[in-house]
Amino acid sequence: MFGLQADWSQEIFERYFTMGDYAGGEARWCPGCGDHAVLTAVQKIMRDEQLKPENSVAVSGIGCSSRLPHYMGTYGFHGLHGRALPVACGVKSRRPELDVWVATGDGDCFSIGTAHWIHALRYNMDMTVLVFDNAIYGLTKAQTSPTSPLGFKTNTHPTGAILPAHNPLTVTLGITNISFVAQVMDWNPPLLYETIRRAHQHRGTGFVRIIQRCPVYAGARGKELQGDPSQFLILEHENGIALDDSARRLFPNRQQHDPSDLAQAFALAHDQSRFPIGLLYHNPDALCYEDLSSQGVELTPQERLDGLNNILDRITI
Amino acid sequence: MVDSTQAPVPATQAVPIDEHIVEIVSDSGEGAQKAGQTFGTISAKMGNGVWTVEIIPAEIQPPARSPAGASGIRIRLASRYITNMGDQADVVVAFNEQVLYSRIANGAYKKGTTVLLEGKWRDDPVPEIRAQFDKAVSEFQQNGLIVHELPIEQACLAIVPDPRKGKNMFVLGMLCRIYSRDKQQARTEIANTFKRKGDKVIGINQQLYDAGYAFAEEHIDLSFQVPPQPQEETRGKRYIVTNGNTAVGLGVMASGMELVSMYPITPATSASHYLADVFHEVGGFVHQAEDEIAAIGFAIGSSYAGKTACTITSGPGLALKTEMLALAVMAEVPLVVVNVQRGGPSTGLPTKVEQGDLLAALFGEPGDAPKVVLAATTIQECLEFVVMARRLAEAFRTPVILLTDANLATGVQPYERPEPTLDWLAGPIDQSQWNEDIPPYQWDEETGLSSRPIPGMPGGEYILTGLAHTRQSKVAYDSESNQLGCDMRSRKLAALASTLKPPQVHGDPEGDLLVVGWGSTLGAVEEAVDKARAEGHKVSCLYLRFLSPMEPGLKEIFQRFRKVMTVEINYSDKPLAPLINDETRRYAQLAWLLRAHTLLDIDCWSVVHGHPLQPGTILEELRGRLTSMNLEGGN
Repeated sequence: MFGLQADWSQEIFERYFTMGDYAGGEARWCPGCGDHAVLTAVQKIMRDEQLKPENSVAVSGIGCSSRLPHYMGTYGFHGLHGRALPVACGVKSRRPELDVWVATGDGDCFSIGTAHWIHALRYNMDMTVLVFDNAIYGLTKAQTSPTSPLGFKTNTHPTGAILPAHNPLTVTLGITNISFVAQVMDWNPPLLYETIRRAHQHRGTGFVRIIQRCPVYAGARGKELQGDPSQFLILEHENGIALDDSARRLFPNRQQHDPSDLAQAFALAHDQSRFPIGLLYHNPDALCYEDLSSQGVELTPQERLDGLNNILDRITI
Repeated sequence: MVDSTQAPVPATQAVPIDEHIVEIVSDSGEGAQKAGQTFGTISAKMGNGVWTVEIIPAEIQPPARSPAGASGIRIRLASRYITNMGDQADVVVAFNEQVLYSRIANGAYKKGTTVLLEGKWRDDPVPEIRAQFDKAVSEFQQNGLIVHELPIEQACLAIVPDPRKGKNMFVLGMLCRIYSRDKQQARTEIANTFKRKGDKVIGINQQLYDAGYAFAEEHIDLSFQVPPQPQEETRGKRYIVTNGNTAVGLGVMASGMELVSMYPITPATSASHYLADVFHEVGGFVHQAEDEIAAIGFAIGSSYAGKTACTITSGPGLALKTEMLALAVMAEVPLVVVNVQRGGPSTGLPTKVEQGDLLAALFGEPGDAPKVVLAATTIQECLEFVVMARRLAEAFRTPVILLTDANLATGVQPYERPEPTLDWLAGPIDQSQWNEDIPPYQWDEETGLSSRPIPGMPGGEYILTGLAHTRQSKVAYDSESNQLGCDMRSRKLAALASTLKPPQVHGDPEGDLLVVGWGSTLGAVEEAVDKARAEGHKVSCLYLRFLSPMEPGLKEIFQRFRKVMTVEINYSDKPLAPLINDETRRYAQLAWLLRAHTLLDIDCWSVVHGHPLQPGTILEELRGRLTSMNLEGGN
């Protein structure tokens, strides 16, 4: 398709990828950081799906979350603060066959990268977007993030955050042409795995906000959330994220929610008393921008040249 | 033909001339530009050298009959190749008298310029308009303009009910009669202009054209013959007619790039308009991003994935793109950035020309960010340099900035049709097995060059990063790695420079004064230099196409002249301005660069009037300099 020079037809059945094939450098996140769990989940999904490392691209911005590509054995792009999404969309634009993963954080996505969050989700290109939301700037040592709770003490607001926390789910659900919005926490591996797997399986932008622990700068918050499962509301549905028995036992609050019901998704997202966990919204039929942006990739150089000569002929005097 | 009430004497013999400048000036939306472009095309097809440039009002919906609303077009046609808009106009058609004030304020006319003025305002029912008109005509005549009042709209009423739409083709007919244009050629061109609107519209416009032609024959005592260019210059050549932005669009397609990622910004956007119209025919796509940063980010993503992309912008957009540009430099991502410069700083003069982004293009990013910077000097180079830029970007694994400007973007002229071949286009991307022993930045220590793995190549998996990194693309905070990376990225410019030839001097290779320039001023400067040389002055000029790295041999060339100065359209302190002395003077941008580059005392002359430089203005400046140099004596 792209002038492939190698013939994989013989080899394709012989290659089997293990977890090691998806691992890059040793992860340097702090002990107890939720990022480790996300990395493992992603690598397991890739192994279970037998995705080719050379066809996978992990794109990130800047922040703790955005170190993820460095720990992957795939191609990766560790770019600028807030700008993972435009780069990821560009990767996909003329190479729709590449499998694109985006790692971003609450500062990266919901603050400096806000414009791209809104627009990339509207483009709905086929990629998996993981927002590692620990409600704090960790890499730069404890500044307030848009999702820091009111009163949360940071180095930029030593007497406590002065605004109520921004609600990224209501904003995300308001974006036209969104197709997959889910929320999960980092400390329940089966749920994390299943949620990311579904986001990846979905054709379109699979957007997952991961409620994340930062043991160093928001340790108390993490412990409180992890220790009180009643703060979460598990969304159940046959089209939602599959739950195992242990999750059913762990979380006392569960509610049926049809992921095609956008109005109810809004209501759940608006309710600040509990974090909805699961698939809030899913539309498998939303338009994917790469179907437009990749038009013409199949043209041969000769066809391009002929097209160009036709264009030139029309303006030749 | 003194006014609308007297029947003028018809012309008997066309006067041969070797060039003329014609303007059509009107309120917005009266079709002056369409008439002028069609007139230019007819002239080009008849073998003349042509340059047309639009007169653009500052506002989108300016009030009617206001000097600020002057809209229209200038057409310069000649018996030789034309490279710029020239000086004062010879003949002007104006649909009202008020719009002429802004042109006069711009020095567009001279004593003896003939003004063919819509005369209906003299009998307007509104007394104020009658008074304005009367006052204006008297003032124009006092300034030496030769004013003829003509009942243009009245004559059009015989054919169309609303002459506001249609009088432009009537004027085209008038001009074609005045300049002895081929009638059949004109009819064909009108059919081309209106081909999307159907036969009926074509027919009406041809009728208007015929009426205008007959009207001029009967009422206007002006008749010129502008012979074609010598055949040896044009024989066997095919020409296309475009402005510089269309040329950029053609260049994108001729380079094989498949993606332009942009955000709308004046005066660059029309390049993307053109591509949006035709790009699909070569399998390409225009992505309109949510902002300038996303536009370049998207292009970088595509380039990283093996499909080198282009982003097209202007000054404020370039400012927003700086962080991404630095990333592309740091991570060595091929990328083409076209900057159609406008007046700055800040929002500045969006529709007007300036060469104010040179230093920003070279040094805009915090940290050392060496990259290739090219400047097109002609509309043809707007096309050719995009093709070159894509190749340089890939060969040197670097972003390339191509500087054009509003003058090139809006100027229209015929130039040789490119004859592209397969090797102009980007080849299919390599997806073969990557040798795992070769790291992603296997810098050659002499040239800094390395080849890059592309996603899809097994064995080439690496993590691109904007952080300082090793050859393996591993994040590195140690001194040696950072020094080496900076060395290697800089070395690539030296490697490119080693392949370049010294620039050609236009005129004698030595003399009193060398004018150095870059970009769209080439045509006007060369014309001024030629005129000064014809007057006996020892002056030459030289143009730089490569600004980073610069072409070699400059110091040696400069030392053959008594004085060297740049001529630019950007800011410099006038030497005699208050508080300005050798220590405080800020130089024009190329002069800054050349002074640093050569350690020679290079002077400059620059203005920021928002207009293209005109040969007459430059000639006057050169004469002044050369005369004072001769008074100073020496050799």
